[in-house]
Amino acid sequence: MTAPRTLYDKIWDDHVVHQAEDGTCLLYIDRHLVHEVTSPQAFEGLRMTGRKVRAPEKTIAVPDHNVPTTAGRDTHIDNEESRIQVEALDKNARDFGINYYPVSDIRQGIVHIVGPEQGWTLPGMTVVCGDSHTATHGAFGSLAHGIGTSEVEHVLATQTLIQKKSKNMKVEITGKLRPGVTAKDITLSVIGATGTAGGTGYVIEYCGEAIRDLSMEGRMTVCNMAIEGGARAGLIAPDEKTFEYIKGRPHAPKGAAWEAAMTYWKSLFTDEGAHFDKVVVLKGEDIAPVVTWGTSPEDVLPITGTVPAPEDFTGGKVEAARRSLEYMGLTPGMKLSDIKIDTVFIGSCTNGRIEDLRAAAAILKGKKIKPGMRAMVVPGSGLVRAQAEEEGLAQIFIDAGFEWRLAGCSMCLAMNPDQLSPGERCAATSNRNFEGRQGRGGRTHLLSPAMAAAAAVTGHLTDVREMMAETV
Amino acid sequence: MDKFTTLTGVAAPMPLVNIDTDMIIPKQFLKTIQRSGLGKNLFDEMRYTQDGAEIADFVLNQPAYRKAEIIVAGDNFGCGSSREHAPWALLDFGIRCVISTSFADIFFNNCFKNGILPIVMPQEVVEVLMEDAKKGENARMTVDLEAQTVTTSDGQSFGFEVDPFRKHCLLNGLDDIGLTLEKVSSIDTFEAKANLLRPWV
Repeated sequence: MTAPRTLYDKIWDDHVVHQAEDGTCLLYIDRHLVHEVTSPQAFEGLRMTGRKVRAPEKTIAVPDHNVPTTAGRDTHIDNEESRIQVEALDKNARDFGINYYPVSDIRQGIVHIVGPEQGWTLPGMTVVCGDSHTATHGAFGSLAHGIGTSEVEHVLATQTLIQKKSKNMKVEITGKLRPGVTAKDITLSVIGATGTAGGTGYVIEYCGEAIRDLSMEGRMTVCNMAIEGGARAGLIAPDEKTFEYIKGRPHAPKGAAWEAAMTYWKSLFTDEGAHFDKVVVLKGEDIAPVVTWGTSPEDVLPITGTVPAPEDFTGGKVEAARRSLEYMGLTPGMKLSDIKIDTVFIGSCTNGRIEDLRAAAAILKGKKIKPGMRAMVVPGSGLVRAQAEEEGLAQIFIDAGFEWRLAGCSMCLAMNPDQLSPGERCAATSNRNFEGRQGRGGRTHLLSPAMAAAAAVTGHLTDVREMMAETV
Repeated sequence: MDKFTTLTGVAAPMPLVNIDTDMIIPKQFLKTIQRSGLGKNLFDEMRYTQDGAEIADFVLNQPAYRKAEIIVAGDNFGCGSSREHAPWALLDFGIRCVISTSFADIFFNNCFKNGILPIVMPQEVVEVLMEDAKKGENARMTVDLEAQTVTTSDGQSFGFEVDPFRKHCLLNGLDDIGLTLEKVSSIDTFEAKANLLRPWV
């Protein structure tokens, strides 16, 4: 009998092509997702060496980082460098014969939203992309992580990656979440507990009742930010919710293939007694709606808290906190709920799915955003956008005063025209609050879609639970 | 990829923790479709004002460090995005080695693909190296990959660990893809087997 294995162990074992004596492995890659920013140099490398894409049928490309989110983008992109990158992806997709969703296709969107939506992402797969938020796909029980451009070229040419196995880490969220607490609050709270380097060298498996209770959308939010905790990947074992989500999607298996896949997928769980190198347990009922105050995702506190002082920290973090507070323009001791907001951004691969838009719209229904506030919703894909329109969510956002945009990464990383000005303060449902992330000098507070909607209405960071009490 | 054997050069001290990839190379410079030319924008928003003037007290703008080839950094260097533009920018500036207590995983991998050696050292060693780096351009540090040592300007030597395969590739400037394609029959065999076991993939 084999020793008990974790979910990560099982997926890893099923993808090892070759193992060297020192433990370095060649790992087979089942799905390679590609976008316009980290791929041009990789395709150029193939051309220079006369190599082909080994498995074009397992390679899926979509432009997302650079694309404007305003009308007319399918015929013209003003920014020349952005246009060149998008055109390069068009050409590379055509020349190398890979699956492609151009800007003009309603299925276009953020690569990590499109993959699951189209059924490309399935349990037990290895999934890579030249983007750190590839961890998102781990919500399906697939081993998914970001790679650099040299590795993109390596996967294109060989359908494999040279890897060493990471260590196993278990993050268990026990019990039930309280009202107003979401997947985003879970994932930020975990990073708050472990730090941004706490997961370095690990693959995390999230488990526990609070994780099981999440929808697939919520699970994707949790896994999406595994990388912000330093982990290579985040995983959640597949269950009936996973299978239900996948069934009927365009690239999901059908008929007999579905039955065979289900048999395999049901074997994808961590065996009783399997070894984890590190275990973190949080109680679901202890998690509050949270916001970030600084310039690292670990700088997170419950909305009921106050801005910390540099002296509250130790080591190198003292200076980092001082720098963060200066950059963010915040004074220690002030209440987080007193922080005034100029802009609200709802979207990104973290929180740009239909459930996120529903959560925000539930808060906004019948309300207006604070006068002078800039607020935008950028759906994660054209299909999310269409569904939100059909459900009447778009109209709620528009009536409240939000801009209703086309799909893309947008203000999460501000490579397209959606950017903050110096000093502009934004409540964002995205994943990084680094200096300059949303535009030079821009100040980012990360939070959940419901919390972002609440801030849009009041004009300051707000405990969404107060607003929920109002609406009940 | 250029080989990395030994390097003797100026080390720039950057004690800040969590230096992220947006700091190393801000997103507006990711629009290039080439690998070269990013050095002038390395640490752009820390290095230049909004109108492009140099910020005098930023370390790489100081006369002693303008030709630095090594960075000694605070914890968790390179956290954030997968952008290989970060090591490309470092390399284009002339940095061939970064020393810290810890690195973000993807950045760490990306360095090796570009002939940059990231070295993990314990906190107390990084502190010694940081002090040495603060001495300026006369204090040249030596990194010897073959011997796996870093030697300060006053001759203190510290050993470091490096993955044997990565060391071999760096020492010889080897291209990963070429090496992997030597195993193409293993990939063919795996694919044939996987197609039977998991035909839906």
